[in-house]
Amino acid sequence: MAYKKSRGGKVNIQLQEIARDCGIDTVWDREDAQTPHCGFGESGLCCKNCNLGPCRIDPFGEGAQVGSCGADADVISARNLARHTAAGSACHSDHGREITRTLKLVGEGKAQGYEIKDEAKLRSVARELGIDETNKSKEELAVLVAEEIFKDYGRQEGDIRFLKRAPKKQQDTWRDLRITPVGIDRPVVEMLTRTNMGVDNDYKNILLGAMKVSLSDGWGGSMAATELTDILFGSPKALRAKVNLGVLKEDEVNIIIHGHVPLLSDVIVTAAQDPQLIELAKKEGAKGITVAGICCTANEVLVRRGVPVAGNFLQQELAITTGAVEAMVVDLQCVMPSLTKVAACFHTKLISTIPKAKFPGMEHIEFEEERALEIAKEIVKKAVLNFKNRDKARVNIPKESMDLVAGFTAENVYYYLGGRYRATYRPLNDAIISGRLRGVAGVVGCDNPKQMSGGSHIEMVKELIKHDVLVVQTGCAALACAKEGLLVPEAAFKYAGKGLQEVCSAVGIPPVLHMGSCVDNTRILIACCNMVREGGIGNSLDELPVAGAAPEWYSEKAIAIGWYVVASGVLVVFGTPLPVMGSANVGKFITEDVEQLVGGKWAFEVDPVKAAHIMIDHINKKRTALKLKPMMYETGKETKSQTKKEGELVSSNKKG
Amino acid sequence: MSPATKKVSANIKNEKALKIFCDIRKCVACKTCELACAVEHSKDKELLKAIKETPLPKKRRHVSDSFGKTLSVGCQHCKEAACVAACMSGALYKDKDGTTKQDKDKCVGCWMCIMVCPFGAIDRRIEEHVAVKCDLCPDRDDYACVAACPTGALFAGTIDEFEKRIREKR
Repeated sequence: MAYKKSRGGKVNIQLQEIARDCGIDTVWDREDAQTPHCGFGESGLCCKNCNLGPCRIDPFGEGAQVGSCGADADVISARNLARHTAAGSACHSDHGREITRTLKLVGEGKAQGYEIKDEAKLRSVARELGIDETNKSKEELAVLVAEEIFKDYGRQEGDIRFLKRAPKKQQDTWRDLRITPVGIDRPVVEMLTRTNMGVDNDYKNILLGAMKVSLSDGWGGSMAATELTDILFGSPKALRAKVNLGVLKEDEVNIIIHGHVPLLSDVIVTAAQDPQLIELAKKEGAKGITVAGICCTANEVLVRRGVPVAGNFLQQELAITTGAVEAMVVDLQCVMPSLTKVAACFHTKLISTIPKAKFPGMEHIEFEEERALEIAKEIVKKAVLNFKNRDKARVNIPKESMDLVAGFTAENVYYYLGGRYRATYRPLNDAIISGRLRGVAGVVGCDNPKQMSGGSHIEMVKELIKHDVLVVQTGCAALACAKEGLLVPEAAFKYAGKGLQEVCSAVGIPPVLHMGSCVDNTRILIACCNMVREGGIGNSLDELPVAGAAPEWYSEKAIAIGWYVVASGVLVVFGTPLPVMGSANVGKFITEDVEQLVGGKWAFEVDPVKAAHIMIDHINKKRTALKLKPMMYETGKETKSQTKKEGELVSSNKKG
Repeated sequence: MSPATKKVSANIKNEKALKIFCDIRKCVACKTCELACAVEHSKDKELLKAIKETPLPKKRRHVSDSFGKTLSVGCQHCKEAACVAACMSGALYKDKDGTTKQDKDKCVGCWMCIMVCPFGAIDRRIEEHVAVKCDLCPDRDDYACVAACPTGALFAGTIDEFEKRIREKR
């Protein structure tokens, strides 16, 4: 495909050269070897769900137009997409289940090294779940809350409880379309059934099912993960930290935590502060122990404990090629199978910890909540003892690291916006109503070597904030922008439009807010609900002047997130299209027709600046529908790249 | 690059490389060459845009099943080309370099070339009422089908080179 491709910034290029010198392939080399990617896969026209096939449809109309069973392009691509969605939802929901299980064990006093850090949130979630929290200890409550959440996981009738957080219109829409998920696990099973050969053969019905299974993630599994992680490890508060591979220390033992579920990583951070282990490190010749994160485990410990971030998804191999990592501890999701090959060229010890996620060539130290602290100490000790094997001549830690501010949540934004004594979303809504802010955009998701290796996020976010759109971020997208220096308050004066600058300087926030990990996209949903509740910018999620994007998505999890945001009434712009565009009908349904049903829809645009303008146009459309005031500082910020449509709106604003 | 990520034979054109061969031991019938060929002969040269064009672009190569083996077949640029002999309008001709070429403007759509081609390598472009066949990708430095082949079954070169390759890889 013809679009901009890059291997990332200076740090990436520097370490890729080192890898090349050592004869190590990295994700960029492997992706090159896979290019061109299979056209049937890319267009969603390959079906291998049964043994009548595998079948594929010729998109040029000459060859077979139906599979052996008779499924056409519509059914095949819709089924494939629905299965991707189910897999993505399953990942998030399973993550939530692990957290719930741990919360229960903590309540029962069986887990080691944990405590309930946010009792206030525990009590409020308990009340929401209909538990009488008076006269109960936090431990008792933890067990009860975990049991209630488990009920939602296995629910066979009735709605999952967090759905009630959505505005009424969304709830009614879901009920009318019959896509309200029953239970968190059940829709995944149902989707696997429906996409089996000979079950659901109406592409529209399959795609509605995909929305249902995604809602069970966004308003179920992911939301449970966020809420219970907050209870267990404390709700994030805005804090300063550092990001990029420069956070690794030349004279200290470096431990990388990588993956998604913070259950063990959080305890490893604690264990690394153990005086005995630090003493041991000193005895081994190191000055101390540094723990740094990669991927969403990084985000989880960043937003709660300010632990530095070594990098995002694409930098996992590069972290090892610095030659300065004593141990990389992985849990699950987004962990590249290639790590063992890269680590074989260095002294780095790789340790897998989850029974569901094993890697040949990695040492497996199984994580158990009951002995969490012991296990964490054992792992840290292994890393410390590995320090002596480091080849100092091969250490290449890049100098670059960047400051960032992270740790915004749907709840604490009340305080950052309104101050300690009058916590409120009012200043945000007022800024949007008065035209100081255009709206809010979520730019989330992965970084992808097929595209600009994180560069798309930077270009997109710069374009958005230049046009007075407040940006909220999670996951690797947030880390990509953090490395560029967009997540500090000072960035407002450098990159933001005048209106956004005013808001940022009045409130003292960065123009780009880091809301946490991938499961924390639910914080953005809740923040949107809070904006609706505050009033003045729409009575339901689909009326809000907001938009979402994942410009470099790669994971099935991103598909699930995209779907639940669409189903919740919001426009979602992906970079490369979902693998369904071989079917004109499915393509039209997800990019056009679905808006009539749920209010949200998909759009695809690989150019990040053009994609930003799709979002800006959409936000403008919503502003017009809400009859909000014209933008305060529209004309001064015009650039040539602006689309014609927006130009028209500007001129009409001038007249008005 | 290590063997695991070594790219399989993306052939750059040279004067000798006039023919595209298929190693039947390696062809897995994925039809990627067919897609790549159609995309290369589209206006946008991009799959997701090409499938929306009217008329749809046409591939000049197909994967066929013969004697239980799959192989990808296109014009063989025969030394003594039956299609050239049969072409009454002179649209098909042997070029100086030995390849079989077609002057589309001269083609009258009598389909005689299709009748006589022993490889079934010529197809009809109904919308324009002309025959279409492999043109060896005039817009590229290499061949779209060879570059796209994920297993390295397709190979561009001379007969001798192909024979040598087959012997080496046995």
